[in-house]
Amino acid sequence: MFEISPTEWTAILLSLRVAVIATLVATPFGIALAWLLARRDFWGKSLLDAAVHLPLVLPPVVTGYLLLLTFGKRGLVGGWLADHLGIVFAFRWTGAALACGVMSFPLLVRPIRLSIEAVDRRLEQAAETLGAAPWRVFATVTLPLALPGVLAGMVLGFAKAIGEFGATITFVSNIPGETQTISSAIYSLIQTPDGDTAAARLVIVSVVLAVGALIAAEVFARRATARLHGH
Amino acid sequence: MLRVDIQKQLGEFSLAASFTSEGRVTGLFGASGSGKTSLINTIAGLLRPDRGTIVIDGETVDDTAAGIHVPTWRRRIGYVFQDARLFPHLDIRQNLDYGRRMNGLTEDPAQHKRVVDLLDIGALLDRRPGKLSGGERQRVALGRALLSKPRLLLLDEPLGALDESRKLEILPYLVRLRDEAGVPMVYVSHDAAELRQLATQIVMLRRGQVTAFGGVKVLTAGV
Repeated sequence: MFEISPTEWTAILLSLRVAVIATLVATPFGIALAWLLARRDFWGKSLLDAAVHLPLVLPPVVTGYLLLLTFGKRGLVGGWLADHLGIVFAFRWTGAALACGVMSFPLLVRPIRLSIEAVDRRLEQAAETLGAAPWRVFATVTLPLALPGVLAGMVLGFAKAIGEFGATITFVSNIPGETQTISSAIYSLIQTPDGDTAAARLVIVSVVLAVGALIAAEVFARRATARLHGH
Repeated sequence: MLRVDIQKQLGEFSLAASFTSEGRVTGLFGASGSGKTSLINTIAGLLRPDRGTIVIDGETVDDTAAGIHVPTWRRRIGYVFQDARLFPHLDIRQNLDYGRRMNGLTEDPAQHKRVVDLLDIGALLDRRPGKLSGGERQRVALGRALLSKPRLLLLDEPLGALDESRKLEILPYLVRLRDEAGVPMVYVSHDAAELRQLATQIVMLRRGQVTAFGGVKVLTAGV
């Protein structure tokens, strides 16, 4: 029962690669956006906030289709990227990473934003009186104090990315070895007559990864509290 | 030298202050709500005056007519807050070193030792701020501000959060600071006794206006 087959390994490793790349690429954008939402007031802020949360409430198939329209080979952005930079998303694992990154973005941003909001602004002020330029205040005070929240956001985003299904299959289809992630593989297996045991194995792998991520996120959240109190 | 001539509207409250001080310790004296903290924050650059000028050590850091407003981090000031505001993620050594790093100053072990000895904080260097008493924290905050080599040290009720015995513990350090550190200070307090011990000049504030300016004796005359 627990002999994982090469095809299943391929799906597991692809999922891990897709989720890791999606998380690593999304994190800097997530931090920048979280900081904007937490610390700045500007015109259109609530609009931006809503846009960030959109993938959470839109049907995943709609998000996937919109990605296809935008980043597909004939899409506005996808066509330009393919012609000028040679980056292709359509039906590639990179496209899966893009879909997972977009879908997990709200979950990534939220803990980071909350942890930046929790950083005492009086400490940032103190840093400023000691000669720190605004970006150095961010780098030496705000970000280190918000770091556990950043890690929590990354773990949650990763967990979401590794299980993403709807947007991924719509955007890049279900190609074994290229775009077939754990979720797509489970979907294929439960439609195959003898796929039940294989599907069950992948289900267990998913559950273990998801629970592990939640525990890790909780651990980081606790560390955040200790850090803010200087122990 | 410190020259201040500013106006600032904060909601219903209007602050208007004009004075020039050559003193080693300029005491800003007044009841709570008299505008002391707003005034010291304006000197620090944390608040921007609506109108007027501020000159620190010959440099114009605020001049609304000329559109000058030097941001806090470029004013080369030190600021000791009532709540010490030590960085909780750094140990005491790193807290003390922060201003030097941010200002790109070279290491100065002699100065470091002088300040650490002056404030008796040598035993605390490897500890975290969360493990210190209120008085210890305030001494570290003083050291941190001094080690950024400011040309003006601002202190906003630095003893305000401490109980009576802790105050008596810190006061001698402040006196030594005044006599040995060679950095002019602006010292905010609502405690006349404290200022009598420390200040060389007094700016008395009431409802956002300067009501008296002069030597420490104005404390007796005004109260």
